[in-house]
Formats: sequence, C-alpha cells, structure tokens
Amino acid sequence: MTNGTPLNGLGMEFFIDHSRCIGCRACMQACEECDTHRGVSMIHLEEIMRADSVQTAPQVCMHCEDPICAQVCPADAIKKTADGVVQSSLKPRCIGCSNCVLACPFGVPKYKAEINQMMKCDMCYDRTSIGKRPMCATVCPSGALTFTTRENIERTRQGVAIREWQFGDEVVRTKVNVLVPRSVHRIDVTVEQIGRTKTDEYDVATLLAGD
Amino acid sequence: MADNEKDGCVACKKKSRWREDFPVEWESDNYITRREMVKFLALGSLTIAGANFVLAGLPHLAKAAQLPRTRIGLASSLPVGGSKLFAYPTEEDPCILVRQANGDLVAYSQVCTHLSCAVVHNEEENALFCPCHHGYFTVAEGRPYAGPPTRPLPRIKLEQQGNEIFAIGVEVG
Repeated sequence: MTNGTPLNGLGMEFFIDHSRCIGCRACMQACEECDTHRGVSMIHLEEIMRADSVQTAPQVCMHCEDPICAQVCPADAIKKTADGVVQSSLKPRCIGCSNCVLACPFGVPKYKAEINQMMKCDMCYDRTSIGKRPMCATVCPSGALTFTTRENIERTRQGVAIREWQFGDEVVRTKVNVLVPRSVHRIDVTVEQIGRTKTDEYDVATLLAGD
Repeated sequence: MADNEKDGCVACKKKSRWREDFPVEWESDNYITRREMVKFLALGSLTIAGANFVLAGLPHLAKAAQLPRTRIGLASSLPVGGSKLFAYPTEEDPCILVRQANGDLVAYSQVCTHLSCAVVHNEEENALFCPCHHGYFTVAEGRPYAGPPTRPLPRIKLEQQGNEIFAIGVEVG
C-alpha cells in the first residue's frame, strides 16, 4: 500500500496550511486531552522569526513514506502501519536512546525523560482508523490543520497540497500534505548549516533558528 | 554523488539481511513464519518435557540426601499392641511407633494426610486413628481405609540393632 492511501478507505487526508495558523494553541490543548497520552501534547507550535513576526507553524508528524525515525531505531520500536501511519514508539521496546529525535528532519519525536520513552504524533490512530478526525483537526478554528478529502481541499483552498520535501540530497515523501502556492511542487529545505547550499534569507532552518 | 551510486546504495539498503529481520512495516513485524512457529512449538515442548523430568527427579534427589539416624528406644519396652511417640527426622516431625499383633515393629509419621491432625493408635480396631475427622489408616501399611484421608501416611524406615531401634529414613507414598 502506498503512502497516499487514505485512512480507512474514506478518502480522508491530513492537510497543514501554515499560512492560516493564528497560534491559538487549541490544537495543543486538544492533543493533551487525548486519553492515550493525557497532559502531553504531541503537536509542537513553532514560532517563525519571533522578533519580527507573529507567524506560527503547527508541527504534527508528517508520516514519511520511508520513516527515518524507524530506520535509525536500534530497538525496532517504531512501526509503520499498512495505511502509512508511523506509530509512536512501542513501550516494551523503546530504550529512550533519542536516535529518532536527532534523525527526524521535521523535529517531531520528543524524548520523555520521566517515562524514558519517545512519544510522537500518531495522527490519533485510535480515531482516524475508525474514520474520526484527529483531535487537533477537530478544534483548529482557522483550518490550518484539516482532515478532509483532497477534492474538498482543491475546491476550497487557493494553494496546492504537496507532500514532497527535499532536504539537501534526500527527497522525503510524506503522508501528511502541506498547502503551498500553486507554483511550488516540492519544498526545498536548503541545508545551509552544513554548507550544502548558499545562504538564503528564507531558509527554513534559519527561520526556525532565529529568535 | 552520482545517480547510479545513489541507486546502488538504495539497493544494498533494501537487500541487507538485518532489514528483513527488523522491518519497519507493522505487518511484517507481526508476521510469524511457519518455520518460526514450528521452532517455537518444538523448543517449547522440549522445555516442558525437560522440566517434567526434572520435577519427577527432584524427590529422588531429596531422598538421596542423608537423613539422620536417630535412636528411638528399646524394643523390649514396647509390648504387642503398644505404641510409642517419637520425633523424626527433626524435633518438629512427630511420629508413632507401633508393635503389631505378629510382633513386627512399624513406624509412621503422626501427621494425618488429611488436615495434619495427630493420629493415634487404636488397639481394638488395629488402626491408626485420626480423631479430628475420623480417618483410619491400616497399621500394616499406613493406607487410609476410612474417613477423609486419601494418601497413605509417610512410613519411617526402622533398623534394629540388638535391643535398640533406630529410625533411618522416611518413605513417602
């Protein structure tokens, strides 16, 4: 089964529209409500160029086609289900080594020292696998996080949904879509820090590093 | 990096054996091959069989452990139909020594195999009698023949040297 296969055969997919995010943190609150990890949000809200801008960006797991977090796991604790959802670490296996935390290009996995285990977004697998929307998508007031059909997105949004990223030489395909201007077909994250590309003012890594 | 080199690396990544053993996909991780299951069943059966042998052998090993040789008393002091209480192998294990009608000496643990009351010798019925629930054991063999007990009394092995009687071992069942 390919990564793009919709969950539960209902044609529903996850879409992130960063331009719509208003930084209300409702998604984080909703995520914390979930009984499977009560009190811990699996969503990170990134602040972009905090000194100059109010732009925020919610970061859920992108559910890569070839999940690097699972590839680097020495304890075989991260698994991808047939519908393309990369699950959180299996409790009996995770040894808390944080390899996945370092490897993930999106910075999604977080190591929880209090339970010595990595926890990450699993697209509310208990909900989405039975056709319900993820907690964050149910509460997002601006539609920055949406769980709907591709047709619906194409009909209602100006941008285009893509799920291909370029990190230096590495092309990463994800299950989760991001909405970008129509001219864009693949998001290039230039890896300026390691000298792979020349400095760019709008380099994603630079934007995130800026405080 | 050249394109063909990249492809070669991807291919070798997919081929490597450990990736087959530790797949990222949930289904492959949970998939159990017929060979694995047969191995599990065979090894599991062997382990259980081995454990049975060990458990069956343990009482024999325990028996092999040397029990003390304890003097009970003088044979001449016990008339026919008489009984004497003693403790063997430790002070905490009460036993009873009985001289049968034919003159032979027998000894048993005094602990009833039903609920551990002390059995006494009943001369009229020629039985070892447990007063708690009216259990009866034969004097000759220690087998239960009436009342709730189902297992025989452990027999104490005796040895007579001249006029003196010694307890030398315990025979269970």
